[in-house]
Amino acid sequence: MHARERQLHAENRVVIAHVYTGTAALVLGAFFGVLQGFSRAGAITAPAWFDYYRMLTMHGVLMALVFTTFFITGLSLFVTYRSVPRARSLVAGWIGWGTMLIGTAMAAVTILAGQATVLYTFYAPLKASPYFYLGATLLVLGTWVVAFEIFANLAYFRRGAPGKPIPLVLFCAAATFVMWIVATLGVVAEMGLLIPWAFGWTPGINVMLTRMFFWYFGHPLVYFWIMGAYIIWYNIVPTRYGGNVFSDGLTRLTFVMLILLSTPVGIHHQFMEPGITGVWKALHTVTTYGVAIPSFLTAFAIFASFELAAIAKGKRGFVATVLSLPWSDPAFSAAGYGMLLFIAGGFGGLINASYSMDTLVHNTIWIVGHFHVTVGGPAALTFVGAAYWLIPKITGRALWNPGLALLQTRLWFVGMIFMSFAMHFAGLLGAPRRTAEVAYMGSAVAHSWEPYMLVAAAGGIVLFLSVMAFAAVAIGTLLQNEHSESMEATFAIPADPTDRTPAPLQHLFRWGAIALVLAVLAYAGPLGELLRNPGYLAPGMRTW
Amino acid sequence: MHIHRYERWWMAFGITMLVAFLAIIAVAAVADNINPPGGMQQVDPAKVASTPPFDHPGLRRLAEGKYEAYYVVQVFSFTPAAVTVPLGSTVTFYVTSPDVVHGFFIAGTDVNMMVIPGWVNMQTHTFKKRGTYLLLCHEYCGIGHQNMFAKIEIR
Repeated sequence: MHARERQLHAENRVVIAHVYTGTAALVLGAFFGVLQGFSRAGAITAPAWFDYYRMLTMHGVLMALVFTTFFITGLSLFVTYRSVPRARSLVAGWIGWGTMLIGTAMAAVTILAGQATVLYTFYAPLKASPYFYLGATLLVLGTWVVAFEIFANLAYFRRGAPGKPIPLVLFCAAATFVMWIVATLGVVAEMGLLIPWAFGWTPGINVMLTRMFFWYFGHPLVYFWIMGAYIIWYNIVPTRYGGNVFSDGLTRLTFVMLILLSTPVGIHHQFMEPGITGVWKALHTVTTYGVAIPSFLTAFAIFASFELAAIAKGKRGFVATVLSLPWSDPAFSAAGYGMLLFIAGGFGGLINASYSMDTLVHNTIWIVGHFHVTVGGPAALTFVGAAYWLIPKITGRALWNPGLALLQTRLWFVGMIFMSFAMHFAGLLGAPRRTAEVAYMGSAVAHSWEPYMLVAAAGGIVLFLSVMAFAAVAIGTLLQNEHSESMEATFAIPADPTDRTPAPLQHLFRWGAIALVLAVLAYAGPLGELLRNPGYLAPGMRTW
Repeated sequence: MHIHRYERWWMAFGITMLVAFLAIIAVAAVADNINPPGGMQQVDPAKVASTPPFDHPGLRRLAEGKYEAYYVVQVFSFTPAAVTVPLGSTVTFYVTSPDVVHGFFIAGTDVNMMVIPGWVNMQTHTFKKRGTYLLLCHEYCGIGHQNMFAKIEIR
């Protein structure tokens, strides 16, 4: 075997570890998701030894925190390795994976044992086992090791090619992790309060401070998912329809804007809370609307790329452009359906981030519908589609049963529309999120939610089947097919290779430093106000 | 860096739309006083039961059609569990929690608050429709969260 091939195999093993751990989390998360959905709809009764909220905690943690994170670290390591080919040590990729896995295992065991029924937002003063918080912290610290590996390869590339632009896909992955480092400082700070308190070393916890730290992290967390999807939409999806990156410079600008604007927005999750003056809530409405701009840029770039590819094939007009896309290729259709879902998700987001309209929907099941049509649509479905592109490259095997893969993407799209739209409607009628039963002793208004809950549960079954189909293809490929696929990866190139990208857009770490300054400015008001008047500490309790 | 003409138009459209949305929100906040709940008042969560006015939670009539309602929100109940208010009344709700975080949400209205131990949250609402309103906790607070609700009767 040649050295290059040995290197590729070694790199692939790291990526397989990350991506298949994510797949395992997705499958387990779907299992708990459908269980809690049935339980809430009243179709099954959760046993006393494994209550509804434990199912819901498992579902949320596995899907939102574990699956997404492992997939993005795996994909980002893959694009980094392939776009900077060299003989390299893979220790960081493995240490990152191991740290994340140990953290995940600690959190999962404490939840399964009923020691951490705190949902994936773990709001104090609900007091979980300290090992739950330690596990979550390790999951985050593991991603920092992965970030270090990506940055180290970026630095290696720059040393070898001074002044040359960073390959676009590497730029996008590194930008995602620059944003992630800025964002995760919040949750690490929160853990610095929660862990000593959970061990009993401190007598109480400042509830509002933990909430502010959590949402400093909690909103950019969703941009971590979205940036993960954007890496794929810009660099990988065009290769499926013979297209290009619409504009190199605007793609980089989009990612730079996401670095800058993802974090100074978190207070929009805290509109309904005391202890924060209205002016800071209004300010974060403005900044949240600002972070819609890179998504507008992305919408244009994607449709323009579709159209350029269609024109090159001699097709003109909207319908011909849409029909020219490879909808029967699962690696494309997953992302395509994800993009369609994001149109609904994006506009819903503008409602949630609105200083005044959020009052109508906050903590109703509308919000659950919203994040299923965003993280569960554009992000997760794009990841699943990217896996159909990625798995052959990391296993060297042809995809097992592409027909099943295609069916999987369609099931997901249909199931998600039924589930998330029903959730949106029920939320507008007042149905709360995160609640085991919503009958409220025969209350008339609660009765009006029932049909929507059943539609949502039916959508959930379809989604569950879709996840099982994905797992069958992912595992089937690993076990069944011959080594026939090339392990080399190509990424989309700009439509106009002569167009020069301004040099300042290349300086990721400088943008990261500016992002940190913006985050400090956005939080100086609300955090300063809280620290001047911090109030009482809550001792915390276990109410489950 | 070349920026296509259509892209400039699209961005102008997108940014104009965002600015228009923000302007509507600002006008609603200033002219119609449509603002989210809030409040900077603090109360020791260990002493809620002995701190006025939460030592006597319930409805207070201030004037014709003007009320204040003080609620203690705790695992897993609202106190008072039921109140009756005349149609057309304006009620200001003051809520606090002695234990964990709860929600205070009246289904079918825009009364929607987080109840944070150590803080008093506040929101005002005018009830313009007769009926029995469902007040419920919409933040997970523990094993009995789904049993946490109360009634507001508008006559």
